[in-house]
Amino acid sequence: MSLQKITHVSGRGVHVAGNDIDTDRIIPARFLKCVTFDGLGAGLFADDRKAAGAAGGVHPLDDPRFRGAAILLSGANFGCGSSREHAPQAIMKFGFRAVVAESYAEIFFGNATNLGLPCVSAAREDIQKVAAAVAADPALELTVDLVAKQLRYGSAAVPLQLRESARDALVNGRWDAIAELLEGSASVQAVSARLPYLQARF
Amino acid sequence: MAKSLFQKVWDAHTVRTLANGQTQLLIGTHLIHEVTSPQAFGMLRDLGLKVAMPHRTFATVDHIVPTDQRTEPFSDPLADEMIKTLRRNCAEHGITYFDLNSGRQGIVHMVGPEQGITQPGTTIACGDSHTSTHGAFGAVALGIGTTQIRDVLATQTIALGRLKVRRINVTGRLAPGVYAKDVILHLIRVLGVNGGTGYAYEYGGEVFDRFSMEERMTVCNMSIEGGARVGYVNPDETTFAYLKGRPYVPKGAAWDEAVARWRAVASDPGCTYDDVVTIRGEDIPPTVTWGINPGQGISIAENIPAPADAKSPDERASIEEALAYMKLQPGAPLKGTKIDVAFLGSCTNARLSDFKEVARHLKGRRVAPGVKAIAVPGSQIVSQVCAELGIDRVFRDAGFEWREAGCSMCLAMNPDKLVGDQLCASSSNRNFKGRQGSPTGRTLLMSPVMVAAAAVTGAVADAREVFGVTP
Repeated sequence: MSLQKITHVSGRGVHVAGNDIDTDRIIPARFLKCVTFDGLGAGLFADDRKAAGAAGGVHPLDDPRFRGAAILLSGANFGCGSSREHAPQAIMKFGFRAVVAESYAEIFFGNATNLGLPCVSAAREDIQKVAAAVAADPALELTVDLVAKQLRYGSAAVPLQLRESARDALVNGRWDAIAELLEGSASVQAVSARLPYLQARF
Repeated sequence: MAKSLFQKVWDAHTVRTLANGQTQLLIGTHLIHEVTSPQAFGMLRDLGLKVAMPHRTFATVDHIVPTDQRTEPFSDPLADEMIKTLRRNCAEHGITYFDLNSGRQGIVHMVGPEQGITQPGTTIACGDSHTSTHGAFGAVALGIGTTQIRDVLATQTIALGRLKVRRINVTGRLAPGVYAKDVILHLIRVLGVNGGTGYAYEYGGEVFDRFSMEERMTVCNMSIEGGARVGYVNPDETTFAYLKGRPYVPKGAAWDEAVARWRAVASDPGCTYDDVVTIRGEDIPPTVTWGINPGQGISIAENIPAPADAKSPDERASIEEALAYMKLQPGAPLKGTKIDVAFLGSCTNARLSDFKEVARHLKGRRVAPGVKAIAVPGSQIVSQVCAELGIDRVFRDAGFEWREAGCSMCLAMNPDKLVGDQLCASSSNRNFKGRQGSPTGRTLLMSPVMVAAAAVTGAVADAREVFGVTP
């Protein structure tokens, strides 16, 4: 199984502002009633989008100016709450290829990385600068560069942070660990043989 | 060198270091349920792989099960497909499955401990963020996503970076009318909803030493609400007494050997932690959330925060957002706010001790007119024991609906949902927007006894006053 080496992601951006955006908001639980991940894109931020519409506004994801965006900009502690992989799946199925936020909740970050969805961090002021540039020109192309660890837009750039293990996995095309984990099977047997609770049979 | 439990368990389960620097970690016990596993089995099939250790994989059904009428097929065809898929996957791969007719079904985080599958010194993974519950036994228990479920099914391992360890001491004693739920709500309020990112929380101190296993589970359960993927308590005599005689624990001489191993896995005196936090038990009040994340809690005696109280622009924005969603008045008391629904259930607080404690106070009282009150035991075993003790009768007589075991209105993947902007006094773990099944539904997290106090008075109340608990 050879995986894509994800060194950079380019595309238009959209800013979904706010801190502590939890996975129930990213994909409400009713959309979890499924046995495949197909079709989850439609449920992305479903309740937030509906609420924005009901209040007479428009959610950024429904704003035609940002249609087709590939890079999602957001705030701190993005993806907190439930471990549902449906959250990064919905983000990807909607069409996003990278997330740029101040910080991430642990399980969400791991789930996204395992799917090849880079979740990079940037300083708040920098995200706001990029968001302002995107608002001014929604067609602006952004590039998340995982090698140079920077986000470029127009003639400007801001620095990005990304945990080295995740960066390594993405740029070297080993973000899905299954092949490597399978290779370790002999060592798995050896380690399990030393753990008495794994020997019990019921 | 002195080591923490986390270090010992991590080291004992380390298979090797992967190319990106993460650890290939052996997962001794894998728990699965119907919501996050079907896609993992699908991936396994696509890759032509088998389940590596079916005898270390245990399944139950909890999120989507109706709690009123359980005849199959379920009225919700999607839910029905999910239970059938789980059943089929377990049969195909030889996985032990605690089904609806087993008498042992329940919320996955209740079933593991009840069966004695959850043991000290082990690694446990489950596709559910509240897997941290099992840490109450001194296990390193991790919530994982579906791709990692596939990894565990196929290899019994996951790729993971090592966590730091924060020791959290709760010293002294809790005041009367203050519960384990208040301890964790208070800790999250103090440390923040993302304060635990990158950490395993080790809970200890006199309060935890005295806690029952069920109280320890309540605290460990909500570690993830504070951002910590893992929370645990060192195993002790309380742990061993709870486990003894349960179906999946060793018997006879093997039991004595297991206890010796479990004793040895506890953190060594003098081991170093990456961080230490100490909180006085006496300082913890009955705590209720007023906002849209579990860190937005206040003492029952406090007023709802106002944007002007904020210490940062961020906090101000989050208070404003929460007040707007919750339709609450800044600076007003939360106490006295009328509720519509009282929910007593979830993997946080649906154990026997929760129902016993509530029943003690509820006896002879009635749910206030206009309040819908539902009690949902976390497992069939809890339900059974409550029936034997007449606890179900106390709830029914008080006007609660007494339901069958499942996750129910904690996340409302079954028919139990809030309607419109109903306000719910809830013993569950998350007060996120829309969490309880209505996109405008509102949740106040609190201890089970506080839920009961709200149910009988029809409004958020100080249970100590309602039930005459004197300090």
